[in-house]
Amino acid sequence: MTDYQSIYLALSAMLFVIGVFGVISRKDAIVVFLCIEIMLGAVNLAFVAFSRANQSAEGIFMVMCVMAVAGAEAAIGLAIFVLLYRKTGTINIDKFNLLKW
Amino acid sequence: MFDLVWLIPTFPLAGVVINGLFGWKIAQKNKSLVHWIACGAVGLSFLVTLVLFLQLLELPSDKRLYDFTWFTWISSGDFVATVGYQIDPLSMFYCMFVTGVGFLIHVYSIGYMWHDEGAYYRYFAYLNLFMFSMITLVLADNFLLMFLGWEGVGVCSYLLISYWFSDLANAVAGKKAFITNRVGDFFFAVGLLLMVTYLGEHGVWSLKFSDVFTNASLLSPNLITLICLLFFLGCTAKSAQIPLYIWLPDAMAGPTPVSALIHAATMVTAGIYFVARCNILYSMSPLAMGIVAGVGALTALLAATIALTQNDIKRVLAYSTVSQLGYMFLGLGVGAFAAGIFHVLTHSFFKALLFMCSGCVIHAMSGEQDMRNMGGLRHKMPITFYTMLIGTLAIVGFPGFSGFFSKDEILWKVFSSGHGSSLLWPIAVLAAAMTAFYMFRLIFMTFFNECRASEEVKKHIHEAPKSMTVPLIILAVLSIVGGYIGVPASLGGGNLVEHFLDPVMGLGKDKLLQSTGGQALMHEASEAVAHHSFELEYSLMILTTIIVFGGILLAFTMYMKKRSLPDTLAARNPFSYRLSLNKWYVDELYEKTVINPLHSISLFLWKGIDVVVIDGLVNSTAGFFMKCGVVCKASQTGYVQRYAVSFLVGAFVLVAYYMYIR
Repeated sequence: MTDYQSIYLALSAMLFVIGVFGVISRKDAIVVFLCIEIMLGAVNLAFVAFSRANQSAEGIFMVMCVMAVAGAEAAIGLAIFVLLYRKTGTINIDKFNLLKW
Repeated sequence: MFDLVWLIPTFPLAGVVINGLFGWKIAQKNKSLVHWIACGAVGLSFLVTLVLFLQLLELPSDKRLYDFTWFTWISSGDFVATVGYQIDPLSMFYCMFVTGVGFLIHVYSIGYMWHDEGAYYRYFAYLNLFMFSMITLVLADNFLLMFLGWEGVGVCSYLLISYWFSDLANAVAGKKAFITNRVGDFFFAVGLLLMVTYLGEHGVWSLKFSDVFTNASLLSPNLITLICLLFFLGCTAKSAQIPLYIWLPDAMAGPTPVSALIHAATMVTAGIYFVARCNILYSMSPLAMGIVAGVGALTALLAATIALTQNDIKRVLAYSTVSQLGYMFLGLGVGAFAAGIFHVLTHSFFKALLFMCSGCVIHAMSGEQDMRNMGGLRHKMPITFYTMLIGTLAIVGFPGFSGFFSKDEILWKVFSSGHGSSLLWPIAVLAAAMTAFYMFRLIFMTFFNECRASEEVKKHIHEAPKSMTVPLIILAVLSIVGGYIGVPASLGGGNLVEHFLDPVMGLGKDKLLQSTGGQALMHEASEAVAHHSFELEYSLMILTTIIVFGGILLAFTMYMKKRSLPDTLAARNPFSYRLSLNKWYVDELYEKTVINPLHSISLFLWKGIDVVVIDGLVNSTAGFFMKCGVVCKASQTGYVQRYAVSFLVGAFVLVAYYMYIR
């Protein structure tokens, strides 16, 4: 049992790092966004793993919450990207640096 | 009945509110309603005062003190100040002539200001505000309320001097009066605070006159001297004495009724009222008394020497006011408080009269004030001429007129009282002779000989309207008979004024002083008087009168008989003539020694301290943080991914901290 546990956690950590790397390095806003989703998935996996190890349903609830939020976020985020594309003709996030001093 | 005292200040206050807030509207509908309201308010005050005064006279003299507390003004810990009015001989005496003469001058103002293009209601609102402040000043039963009135009359004086403010000279004169008074009031306030603090140390947290005076002996003599001198400095500003008299002659820039009311009859005597009110404090300090007397005598002489050569009719009267105020202080300073107050009364009659007559003359001469352009007016304005002659005879102390009794009383007390000195008496008599000279010079230059005005002005010379001449006649009568209430014992009179004021000053107060352990200086003074005989008093009286006649005769020869004499004299003594004509260069002296240094210090504090040091400190602090901002803002690039990296680094640091270091 405990071996599976560490395998799940390792997978979760790997997914998370992949997500982080993607968020930091990719320039395409949609790819960045997908990487964030990967990070969320990694966290969800960790939640489920701990929930199973502790024989408690609390982690599962949390996963539900995260998935719901992620779904809402995806809808809003994609809508924002569509609008950005219409306005500026690009969704390269290096072009969007208006939020400074 | 005495509880009605609150009505006296309330009527003029109501007049201020009505004319001040709605006067512009009233004036549009019916201009004369404005002066009916203003004069009516003061008239009602006078009637109430008269009724209360008669009530007061019916009481036995030791019962003549009533204190009416209207409401609590300030209450802070043990300290309480109330709005309360005190009815005693001194306050009622003052209130009588303040409201009485004030009413006459209000009536006179109708004629004088009717054709003025300015706001009619504004003038009367100011005048009523002045009456309210002056009544508050004299009726107040505590120092604080009195100080309120004291400041109030100062403000009104400023407002009315610069009434025609579109002329820069008037605005400057108003400012000069206000600032000079501020200097005095500063010292006055310091004295007040000193007194409160030190009385409070003894547990007397009150500013009521009666509380302060009964507890005055708790203070050390040196402290009392200091407080008295600080108060007196305040009085020198308000009552135009050396060193702060310079504002009064300039104050003549205001309308002439204002000069009559504020700068001759009432406001400028506030300082005398105050010293007389505090006669207990002053009696406890011989040094302060001596300084009061000395300053008074010097002022009387100095102002008289200046008045000798002035050519502006109002300026001559202004300097004579300063000189007469000096007499009053001289009287107070030698312990003859009642004599000083008596002279205040007679002076308010004849000086208001003289100013109002000069107002009629100026009115008739189309605004001309230079006496060199007048002359021969006696046939054209007979009422003005005769009333002004009466006022002049009164002021020079012509036997039988009011000024004779009051001035002689002061001169006699200066000579005979224990506080007097043989040095002060000749000064006072010399000033009296000069008064006779310059007042008759004024009369001869204005009313006699040929008219030197231009043809254009000559055509318009006319006698003043009824509303102006009737107050003149009333005041002329008062200038004659006003003196008979204070005829000294030596001339067979009862000296009613002195006996009337006895409960406030003199023997009544002596008992109070002795009961509280103070010194009874006044008593010594009155005993010293008793040692002199009537013969001495008569001979001094006759001597003074002869000297005064000499002054009149000199004026007659110089300005009627040999009219080239003044010019020859001036040419032969250019130095002394210039000194007098230019007012001893006192204004220039103050300019050099006080105003200019103050100006340069202010300039230094502005350009040097404020701009360089204070602004520099503030600006460089702000500049420093701005530089920091410039450095720090480099981290805010606006690139989301850079923020994400810093986020990540932060997370690593936190995790590392909690895992490995703690």
